[in-house]
Amino acid sequence: MGFYELLQSHDWDKTKDDIYSKSSNDVVRALESDQLTVDDFKALISPAASPYLEEMAQQSRMKTLRRFGRTIQMYVPLYLSNECTNFCIYCGFNHENSVSRLTLNSVQILEEVEAIKKLGFEHLLLVTGEHPVKAGFFYLKDTIRLLKEHFKLISIEVAPMDTEQYKELVGLGLNSVYIYQETFHEKRYNVYHPKGKKANFRYRLETPERLGQAGAYKTGLGCLLGLEDWRVDSFFTALHLDYLRRNYWRTKYSIAFPRLRPHVGSFQPNSIISDRELVQLICAYRLFDENVELSLSTRESAKFRDRLVHLGITTMSAGSSTEPGGYANKNRSLEQFSISDARSPEEVKNQIQAAGYEAVWKDWDSYLQ
Amino acid sequence: MIKAQPLKLGDKEFKSRLFTGTGKFSSNQMMEDAILASGSELVTVALRRVDIHDQTDDLLSHLKHPHIQLLPNTSGVRTAKEAVFAAQLAREALGTNWVKLEIHPDPRYLLPDSEETLKATRELVKLGFIVLPYIQADPVLCKKLEDVGTAAVMPLGSPIGSNQGLQTRDFLRIIIEQSNVPVIVDAGIGVPSHAAEAIEMGADAVLVNTAIAVSDDPVAMGHAFRLAVEAGAIARKAKVGRKSMIAEASSPLTSFLD
Repeated sequence: MGFYELLQSHDWDKTKDDIYSKSSNDVVRALESDQLTVDDFKALISPAASPYLEEMAQQSRMKTLRRFGRTIQMYVPLYLSNECTNFCIYCGFNHENSVSRLTLNSVQILEEVEAIKKLGFEHLLLVTGEHPVKAGFFYLKDTIRLLKEHFKLISIEVAPMDTEQYKELVGLGLNSVYIYQETFHEKRYNVYHPKGKKANFRYRLETPERLGQAGAYKTGLGCLLGLEDWRVDSFFTALHLDYLRRNYWRTKYSIAFPRLRPHVGSFQPNSIISDRELVQLICAYRLFDENVELSLSTRESAKFRDRLVHLGITTMSAGSSTEPGGYANKNRSLEQFSISDARSPEEVKNQIQAAGYEAVWKDWDSYLQ
Repeated sequence: MIKAQPLKLGDKEFKSRLFTGTGKFSSNQMMEDAILASGSELVTVALRRVDIHDQTDDLLSHLKHPHIQLLPNTSGVRTAKEAVFAAQLAREALGTNWVKLEIHPDPRYLLPDSEETLKATRELVKLGFIVLPYIQADPVLCKKLEDVGTAAVMPLGSPIGSNQGLQTRDFLRIIIEQSNVPVIVDAGIGVPSHAAEAIEMGADAVLVNTAIAVSDDPVAMGHAFRLAVEAGAIARKAKVGRKSMIAEASSPLTSFLD
């Protein structure tokens, strides 16, 4: 059974009721378990778990330390293009937004590389909007070829592709692919993504399966917190992880927690997740899967990120620019969203060190794959 | 006063039977201090973590001590082919033919792939490497690795990083009993008493990383492991007494034979 069929066997409203009716007993049972089920995960993200947050945090810290040690992995996003044929109603790159559009050429990309290398990064995340002609498969192929010798690990966060295309990119040195489902509520997904290629819910949902088949080393999962009820969407993210690690066990998984932030458009979040609830969610994932990487970007504030180093997070970006060309030349009119933690990578590194952790810049090498 | 014998491994002798790893420390300086406190003379380094072509690599420069033998490991590779390739690059760049073979296509529990490990060991031995493979506690696999010329076997005590100790105890006993090459218990050793237990049981050495790196005081923990491993080795030489929970039987069963 594919994940789409599995998802269809779960009713959204029933799942929601189930989460909201979890009791203290369910939470305690989950906290005492060595191997948590997706049902235990429901208990841990439920309102009933709120009084147990400190206990969850302690367990999360202990499990993260054991598996990942006192280290935080560092990466930086490189926005290659903000051209987009999609109409995601919450996004600054939306086709209908009248922002300047730019796709970096190889000269501009190398200018960015020079600026990024000075910051110390070895792990690079390439980001584009969805534009099959200007910033599609062939553009990425050329870009990966161009960048391979400059970075130890290359990952992408771009429009979903076919299995064969992923295979080709992995063959060229691509390591990881981040693909966020935004929401698992199919009907609501179509409201948020009314037109364009991204309107195809199923194709996006099945992307991690195609990545598993293509031999990608790591797949990043997640939903956009702020669209539908965060607890329900997060449950389905955990269900997705559970399905994938059974079926595509050679792939490593990571989870991110993008919360909607102010941007050029006018969309306001439908479901607000508070700091306290986000910590609950992060700890719940850690208790559910001791080995999954948990990533926190510069969307979050410096203060919040500094605290989360101790609670289960394993991966962080720093010094990010969300506009094409933004490392070599600042031009904020092109950005996808404004970041919150604007500290330099050096400052973030120092803070991580002060917290008793090491910022790890290199944890891969191209010759290993 | 009984002293522990040095361990012969590959073309070297090691006074310390405690081998250590370099991951998960809060800084490279802390790693160096803890390793020095542990007395370890064989230290494994993940190739993924260091830049083998950079002479000034910070992690590597913290390991430049005459008594420390570097043991590059292939953590992250998924096949024998990738492992052999990585080992060759490492040999060229780092100038050592020692390699800790780690092939784990499963990135979650990092469990070793027996089939690929055997294949890569065979190949690497032919290429002149001193191969130390990280493996399941599988006695048959150990004999097959011996047949292809492995320098040692490194069976796991429990899943890597789990600190659960010698969960594979019964299989480790069989491996130790049958082995003609050094047996190094790798992975899962969580406290010094686990390390002492492995050595008392007859293991030639143990490899410890997480337990030292993530303790609140890695230097003190490195020292504690050093003492535990030394104690285990001396105790083994001194021969432990019989285990008995009951007093001698009052009416002997075989006295009628006298």
